[in-house]
Amino acid sequence: MNIQRIVALLKKEFTQLSRDKKLLPIILLAPVVQLALMGYAVSVEIKDIGIAVCDQDKSAESRALIEKLVTSGYFTVDYATDDYNDVRSFLDGNKVTMVIVIPHRFGDRIVGREQAKVQVLVDGSEGSTTAIAIGYLNQILLEYSSGILAEVVGTQHPLGGIDAEVRAWYNPDLKARNYMVPGVLVMILLAGTMNLTSMAIVREKEIGTLEQLMVTPITPTELMIGKIVPFTAISAANATVVLLVMVFGFGIPIRGSVPLLIGLSGLFLLTSLGLGLFLSTISRTQQQAMMVGQFFILQPMMYLSGYVFPVDNMPKILQAISWAIPMRHFLYIVRSLMLKGDGLQNLWLQALLLLLMGAGVLTGSILRFHKKLD
Amino acid sequence: MFRRLTPIIKKEFLQIRRDKRVLAILTLFPALLMLLNGYALNSDVQHVRMAVCDQEKSHESREFTDAFVTSGYFDYVAMPGSTSEAAAMLNNGDVKLALVIPPDFSHKLISGEQAEIQVLVDGMDANYATTIVGYVQAISLEYSRNIILKNLAKFGRGNYIPVDYEARIWYNPELKSAKFLVPGLIGFVLAITAVIATSLSIVKEKERNTIEQIDVSPISPVELIVGKMIPYVLISLVAAALVLTAGYFLFDVAIRGSLILLFFTTLLFIVAALSIGLYVSAVAETQMVAFQLAALLATLPTMMFSGFMFPIRSMPWWLQIISNMTPAKFYLVILRGIILKGVGLASWWPQVVYLAIFTSVMLFLSVRRFKKTLD
Repeated sequence: MNIQRIVALLKKEFTQLSRDKKLLPIILLAPVVQLALMGYAVSVEIKDIGIAVCDQDKSAESRALIEKLVTSGYFTVDYATDDYNDVRSFLDGNKVTMVIVIPHRFGDRIVGREQAKVQVLVDGSEGSTTAIAIGYLNQILLEYSSGILAEVVGTQHPLGGIDAEVRAWYNPDLKARNYMVPGVLVMILLAGTMNLTSMAIVREKEIGTLEQLMVTPITPTELMIGKIVPFTAISAANATVVLLVMVFGFGIPIRGSVPLLIGLSGLFLLTSLGLGLFLSTISRTQQQAMMVGQFFILQPMMYLSGYVFPVDNMPKILQAISWAIPMRHFLYIVRSLMLKGDGLQNLWLQALLLLLMGAGVLTGSILRFHKKLD
Repeated sequence: MFRRLTPIIKKEFLQIRRDKRVLAILTLFPALLMLLNGYALNSDVQHVRMAVCDQEKSHESREFTDAFVTSGYFDYVAMPGSTSEAAAMLNNGDVKLALVIPPDFSHKLISGEQAEIQVLVDGMDANYATTIVGYVQAISLEYSRNIILKNLAKFGRGNYIPVDYEARIWYNPELKSAKFLVPGLIGFVLAITAVIATSLSIVKEKERNTIEQIDVSPISPVELIVGKMIPYVLISLVAAALVLTAGYFLFDVAIRGSLILLFFTTLLFIVAALSIGLYVSAVAETQMVAFQLAALLATLPTMMFSGFMFPIRSMPWWLQIISNMTPAKFYLVILRGIILKGVGLASWWPQVVYLAIFTSVMLFLSVRRFKKTLD
C-alpha cells in the first residue's frame, strides 16, 4: 500500500464526482425525500374515512346520528342520497369506503324505544381500513345507544362499562414518525454505500478504464480504498444531515449515547461496504449491479428487517431468516438507542452479530475482489 | 419508419438476451417480491405477548381476561403480581402489552360505575401499537356492551340496545390481505421494473457513447425511444402475467372482471411507467444518476403513494397532492375494480383518462428533452 497513490486515486474520484453536476445533488436529495416520506406518509393511523350516507328516514334522530359520525373525526361524509340504488355506484366506483343506510322509521323506532338498525356496506378491498372503519362505527353507535339508554333508565342508574386508559411507553403519542424516521438513517447508510460503491467500480469495467488502472502500479487494495472512501464520506455526511433533521426538525430525541450510535454505525458500514464490493465482483454491467443490489438485496432486506412491517407479525420461518439479516439488528440498535436510551449492556448481542456478519462479508468480498482483479 | 424500427427492437432484444442475468432478474423479481409480500407484509397482528396484572382475581376480571385470550390476537404469557413487575416485563421486551385490572373492578361494574383498567403498551413501533390498542378497545367495548345489557336486565329491558348495525363487507368478505395485496403488488412491480430497466438501458448508450453512433444513422429520436420501449413493454407484460398467475395459485385471487380490459389498462400503465423511465434517461448522463433518480421518482413514491401499503386519505394534504404524481395510485383503483370488484369502465374511466394525460405529458417532455440533447 502506498499512501501517495491512494491520495492520487482519491483526488481522481472526487474530481469525477464534482464533474458530474447531477450525481452529487441527487445523492444529497435522497435523504430529504426519504425523511419527508417516512416522517409524514408512513402511518397506519386512519382518519377521514370517506363515507356515503343513504338517509331514507330524514328524521331528527337520523340527522343526529350522521352528526355524531362526522364530529367523531373518523369519518367524512362525501356523498349523501336517499336513493338506495345509488349505493352500488359509490362502492363500485371507489368513491367511498363505507355506505351507511338509515332505513325508514329509524327515528320512530328510537322514540318508541324499539331497537333501530342501520345497514352498513363496506368496501373489503381496502384491507385494514375496512376493519378499522367498522370498529370506529361500532364505538360511535354504542355511545349513541348509551346516550339513549341514560334517558330510558335515568341518570341516577348508571349502566357501567369499561374505560381503558392506555399508556404507550417510549412514544407516548404513538407517533409513527418516531419509529420510522430512525429507519431512514439505516437506509441511507446501506443504500448510499452499497449501491454507489458497486456501481462506481463496475462503471470502470463497463467503460473500459479498469484495464487502464490495472496497468498502472495501483494495487487492487488501493483501488478498493479509493472507491470506498468517497462514498463512505458522502454517506456519513448524509447520515449527519438525517440525524440533525431528526432531532431538530422532527423533535425526535436521541436518548442514548451519540458516540455509541456512531460507533455501531461504523460496524454496520462493514456489512454494506462488503456487500457493495461483492456486487461489483459478480457484475459486469452497472445495470446488473444495480438490479441485483436493488431487487435481491435491498428489497428483501427492507421487508425482512422490520423497516416498515414488524418482524413479530411474520411467519416463524421468516422470523428465523430475519436473524441473518444485518439490517434487522442495526435497525433494532438505532431504534432502541434513540427511543429507549438503551446502552451497550442491552445491545451487545446485536452489536456482536453486526461485527461478525460485517467482518465475514467484508473479508469474503475483499478476497473475491483480489481474485477477480489478479 | 417501421423498417427502421424493427432493427432497433431486434438489437435491443439481442442485447437483453445476451445479458441473461438482467432478463432473469426482470422476470424473477416480481415472483420473489410476491412471495415476500404475501407472507411478510401482513398487517394482521397476531400472537401479541400479553401480561395481565389481575389485582382482584374475581369472576369478572377472569371473564374479561378470557375475552382477550379467546379473541385469538393475544398470547397470555405472564401474570405479574404488581404494576411495577408488569412494567419491568415491558421494559425487557418480554411482553408488548400489559393489562392492569384494579381491585375494585367487579364492584364498580356491578354498581354501574365505569371500571378503569390500565393498558400499558410498548409504543416504540407506533403502527403496531396502534393496531394493538385498537384490538384492546374493541374487546373492552364488546365487554362493556355485555355489562350494559346485564345491568339493563334489572330494569326489565334485557336485550335493548337502541341503535344497532348490520355490516356487510363487499368484494372481500373474509378481509383476506392477499386480496388487496396482489393488485397493489402488480402496480408496484411494474412501476419499478419498467422505470429502472428503460432508464438504465438508454443511459447505458449515452455512457458508452454508442448513442452517437445511432445519432449519425437515419434513426430519429422518436424511433429510438419507441424501439427501446417495445421490448420492455413486452417483458413487463410477461411479469404482470406471472404475478397474476402466482396470485391465483398461491393466494387464491381470481379475476372477476374482464381480461381484455385488464390487458389494455395494464398496457396503458406500463407505458405510463416507461414514460417516467424515459424522462429519467433524458435527464441523466450516467447510470448512477439514472438509478438515483429512478429510485426517487418511481420506487419510493410508488411504495408510499399508490395506496398499496398506506391509506392516502390519512396523509397531510400536501402529500395527498404530491401523491398524484404516482401513476400507480390510479392504476391501483382500476386493478381493484377489475380484479376484486369485477366492475367495468363506467366505474373507473376517470382514472384511465388521468393515466392517458399523465403519459402524454411525460412522453412529450421526455421527447423534447431528448431532441435537445441529441441534436
